[in-house]
Amino acid sequence: MQLILESLFNGVAIGSVLLIAALGLAIVFGLMGVINLAHGELMMLGAYSTYVTQLIFKLPALKPFYNAYVIVAIAVAFVVSGIVGILLERSIIRRLYGDPLETLLATWGVSLILQQFVRSVPLAYGTGLVVALLIGMLLPIGLPKKLYEKFSGRIIRLACWAISALLGVLTSNSLSTAISKLGRASARNVDVTAPSWMRGGFDLWNITFPITRLVIIVITLIAVLGVTWFLKKSVWGIRIRAVTQNRSMSDCLGISTETVDVLTFGIGSGLAGVAGVAVSLLGSVGPNVGGSYIVGCFMVVVLGGVGNLLGTIIASFAIGIMTDLIGAGRLLTIWPDMPTPLASAVDFFATTSMARVMVFALIVIFLQFRPAGLFPQKGRMVEV
Amino acid sequence: MSLTKRLFLGLTSVVVGSSITACGGSNQATGCPDCDDQVTVGILHSLSGTMAISESTLVDTEKMAIEEINAAGGVEVNGKKYEIKYIVEDGASDWPTFAEKSKKLIDQDKVPVVFGGWTSASRKAMLPVYESKDAFLYYPIQYEAQECSNNIFYTGATPNQQSEPATEFMFKRSPAAGKPFFLVGSDYVFPRTSNTITKEQVKSLGGTVVGEDYLPLGNTEVAPIISKIKKALPNGGVIINTLNGDQNVAFFKQIQDVGITPKNGYYVMSYSIAEEEISTIGPEFLEGHYGAWNYMMSINTPASKKFARNFKKRWGNDRVVADPQESAYNMVYLWKAAVEKAGSFDDNVVREALVGVKFDAPQGPVQVMPNHHLSQTVRIGEITANGQFKILESTDGPVLPQAWNQFEPSSKGYACDWTDSRKGEKYRL
Repeated sequence: MQLILESLFNGVAIGSVLLIAALGLAIVFGLMGVINLAHGELMMLGAYSTYVTQLIFKLPALKPFYNAYVIVAIAVAFVVSGIVGILLERSIIRRLYGDPLETLLATWGVSLILQQFVRSVPLAYGTGLVVALLIGMLLPIGLPKKLYEKFSGRIIRLACWAISALLGVLTSNSLSTAISKLGRASARNVDVTAPSWMRGGFDLWNITFPITRLVIIVITLIAVLGVTWFLKKSVWGIRIRAVTQNRSMSDCLGISTETVDVLTFGIGSGLAGVAGVAVSLLGSVGPNVGGSYIVGCFMVVVLGGVGNLLGTIIASFAIGIMTDLIGAGRLLTIWPDMPTPLASAVDFFATTSMARVMVFALIVIFLQFRPAGLFPQKGRMVEV
Repeated sequence: MSLTKRLFLGLTSVVVGSSITACGGSNQATGCPDCDDQVTVGILHSLSGTMAISESTLVDTEKMAIEEINAAGGVEVNGKKYEIKYIVEDGASDWPTFAEKSKKLIDQDKVPVVFGGWTSASRKAMLPVYESKDAFLYYPIQYEAQECSNNIFYTGATPNQQSEPATEFMFKRSPAAGKPFFLVGSDYVFPRTSNTITKEQVKSLGGTVVGEDYLPLGNTEVAPIISKIKKALPNGGVIINTLNGDQNVAFFKQIQDVGITPKNGYYVMSYSIAEEEISTIGPEFLEGHYGAWNYMMSINTPASKKFARNFKKRWGNDRVVADPQESAYNMVYLWKAAVEKAGSFDDNVVREALVGVKFDAPQGPVQVMPNHHLSQTVRIGEITANGQFKILESTDGPVLPQAWNQFEPSSKGYACDWTDSRKGEKYRL
């Protein structure tokens, strides 16, 4: 019993990292049909946001709230990655809808640019840039209507961008003086340290549950519930699903498909940012952090069935549990009297490298029989 | 284009093309005011890509060593003083690029020596180039050995200068003495070879290795490995760690969470974690674990302190020095000493003169051995909260390098000696 429980927990822990990483992709790839290879880099931006947030919370004024920085970081990461995602959609992907191959190449290029960007631009400037973009995009919306009557739209927009640029420069300057670590470009990996309450683990039934893993499971749970609620119940969620099912009909019925595209891509990218927070708690934060997750993300989405959230959830936990069962050699512990030839085969695959090979092979075999994944899209599909 | 201009251009290219560029008396470079002439050497490390973080520190150190030599009067050959100039090439963390840039440095720039490389993969890619062109590469990183080229000079530690004393320390004198071993590494040549040696050694010491696992490069999901360690070492033990770069961060963060800590009787000995890596991973995760190196920044000698001080002065006060940098620093000085001893920049003469050259390195005295490796002192250190090593023990004097490992069955009983034409790369002892 204890063994099964431990194995299950480990599988769920691995699976929840996969799930949170793949959730945003499931939305972008599943609902919009966009193959976004820069998804890993949006995760990386989320991870770096966590790092910057952590350093800001080390400043004397915010020191008392240090233990809560992770919660703030989740919001910050969601916004930062979301903004970058929206910009990406508006500037590049919008022009390439319906052309998966070119989207793939373009987003791959973007991923390379983003990687090199964090290598060669100091984090303080990057933060300033994000702040400027955020203010520049939000300010025109927040201004009172009266202003628009007095001045022409062009002047207002110009003024807004000037203000946002100024604030961005101020942010980056104050950040680089307050936190010298952020003032210098560095290709070196940085370290996000979990607050003290998140370190260590607690013991229950002779099993140690690491608290960071539990926190990640909770973050994943909240994200999945939030996304499900949003898609099923909220007005915009229903519009997104309507556009996915029949774009031209939705357009005719008065749904702004462009806004839906921006929103969907923004939410998908924001979720990548949240995944970045989770990932930064487990390992180090560097320019290459996204690259190590992107393959796993696509694997989960394809296995689960494109466009199906439940499929993504089941697929990620299935992969997590399989990785743990095979990689840690648990089959032998569960069934010690296994016949020798089988036992030696199991033993051969009980290393991390071979377990990965095995999981990939199993997925390939599975896709031979169910090419559309666990839950294929049913009914008439338009455009995908 | 006028005739004189064309003639001038032609002349310039001839001058640039030759390695020892005579400067016609105009010593425009500030590095060495007393020098009569110049010599250009090649520096070849990754300045972009994954390895740039580590390898750029070597470029910094090599530049510093060259500047120091120039300030002290350059290289003196046959009574003539040469200022050292360098060409830095980027290997881009891509192994074929290392081979390509080596060819460029040798054929086009005609440099007498190349200082370069970090990963074993990059060295293996460059080796055929240097052997076919009979050029000379100086390689500064501790590695798995089982190689002994006439065209490479290795200034890093061989396994018997790092992992073997470390294994012995862990088995005999550490707090986990006598306990079983578990081996963890990244999945590539160095960890696998190093662990093969460790397994043989633990067996001969009378200990047991209860498991080993390798993490594919680029993968940071360490949960299955951690559950394996917990299962294999229920009552504590020794973990030998040869993970690479970022994977260490994930590993150390997560083993702490499940209670694999020195407090609970688990001690990790790492072969790839030096001061630079400690500051990236965070000392709070590493405190109480061990490392083994030839040079540690905390060595309390004037030479070591001066090395660290000069490096900070040149590159910034927050910088640290570590074993790979010390190796890189030594190899520049050893090349200078060998050239001066040979009285020539010619590869073949320098190669012969190199064997036997001594240098007072920051780690203590080192000497070049006939197998093109260095005799070096080995130190075992415990990682402290301030990101340094507390040196627990060091060998009495320099340990002789073994290019062919004596625990590994396939190389047992073999050695390498380039001073004797009948012995060469691999001969039976």
